[in-house]
Amino acid sequence: MSEPEQKSPRKTDTVVGTLVVALVVSLVCSSFVASAAVLLKPRQVANAILDMRRNILEVAGLLDPESDVEALFDGIEPRVVDLETGAYVEDADPEAFDPAEAAKDPERSVEVPAEIDVARVGRRANHALVYEVRRDGEVSKIILPVSGYGLWSTMYGFLALEADGNTVADITFYSHGETPGLGDFIGKPAWRGLWRGKRAFDESGKVELQVVKGRVSADDPLADYHVDGVSGATLTGNGVTNMMEYWLGDHGYGPYLRNIQRGEGT
Amino acid sequence: MSSAAKRALLAPVVDDNPVTLHVLGICSALAVTTSLLPSLYMCLALTVVATLANTAVSAIRHILPTSIRIIVQMTIIASLVIVVDESLKAFAFETSRELSVFVGLIITNCIVLGRTESFASKNRVGLSFLDGIGNGLGYSVILILVASTRELLGAGTLLGYAILPTVADGGWYSPNGMMLLPPSAFFVIGLIIWAVRTWKAEQVEKPEFRIHEVHRTEAL
Repeated sequence: MSEPEQKSPRKTDTVVGTLVVALVVSLVCSSFVASAAVLLKPRQVANAILDMRRNILEVAGLLDPESDVEALFDGIEPRVVDLETGAYVEDADPEAFDPAEAAKDPERSVEVPAEIDVARVGRRANHALVYEVRRDGEVSKIILPVSGYGLWSTMYGFLALEADGNTVADITFYSHGETPGLGDFIGKPAWRGLWRGKRAFDESGKVELQVVKGRVSADDPLADYHVDGVSGATLTGNGVTNMMEYWLGDHGYGPYLRNIQRGEGT
Repeated sequence: MSSAAKRALLAPVVDDNPVTLHVLGICSALAVTTSLLPSLYMCLALTVVATLANTAVSAIRHILPTSIRIIVQMTIIASLVIVVDESLKAFAFETSRELSVFVGLIITNCIVLGRTESFASKNRVGLSFLDGIGNGLGYSVILILVASTRELLGAGTLLGYAILPTVADGGWYSPNGMMLLPPSAFFVIGLIIWAVRTWKAEQVEKPEFRIHEVHRTEAL
């Protein structure tokens, strides 16, 4: 084994030497990091878009590992919706619309009044991006991006409704930080299966869709609207309930969904 | 290959293992080992960072002012980690999301700074390069062992392929959920350290003090 070199006083052990080395190291390292970030950016953006599309296809029930995501996504039409009126914003380009950016812009977003902000959304954009699944020219499903606060984190997901704007087709969560092994049931296929066929609004148009504590009992008059919770993760379940209450309510997609229910969607 | 080179490369695998002998890098070994695939990426990321950081620090060791040597080493390590993290996001998107902050936390992994400071700043570039790979391998061996154990017992799979058919899929194996929680990694690493030190008794540390019963007359 070779002997480690002896430490000898270095030429750079002076104030000027130290400053020069520090400067050169900083310059080299920062240009290294900056060029890597710039070069890899296009791939990262493409990955993020692909992942978003895969999530949308999954909740639409169209995801097929054999087929190309891009090709499958052709059957899904993104639409920009004005949340206040529920009408489509025809002159907005869905490709260019970024809801997260818009929610930060005071010109294009509103503060959610505290008394109805059960999902702790904070600000929401005036417009929202919804996805309509088309089959033979007819809308067969509507996919709504939803978000809300659970126990530890903001949960982001998609809720898919059937063409009637009321029956739940599926729900997915693509990003959350809930407790592993407990709160992360929201991403599990078995639990998602419980949502299928549930209804969002009762006869009077009130949002009744919610996650209950424990199992939905057989004699629950609202069994059609209630989804089983998981014991030990009640607060995550409450977070999902709040999310439904806000996003399906009048301040969320309520006006848009009423248009759909009246058959005024395209 | 000279004996010094061989030693730099192979000693960290068992005889001088950063995890089992020095008990470094435990934080990430707990966090990312619930399944094998992310662990493999983590091993790769750490090995790349340790090797390149060792090489870079060794290359500038003669001009590195003593007073700022640690911060310069940290700067180099941090830059490498950012580049590795960004590359994972570009080329292994799913895994990078599972690893989340733990790739970034390689910056604080004591194995990397430990090797640049204790080895690369005193040794030739070639040897430092091999030492980096060697320590990466040593870390990888332990991570792969822990992750295989946890994924197999916790989910009945390896790399996502079913090995022990679980009850949920109609098989016989009822998965041990605790294996998917962080404490189980402590148990598995503890058992590995026990096994290694039984095999290589010279790794057993001398106790710093002994607790023994004090006879009543001694106490008085």
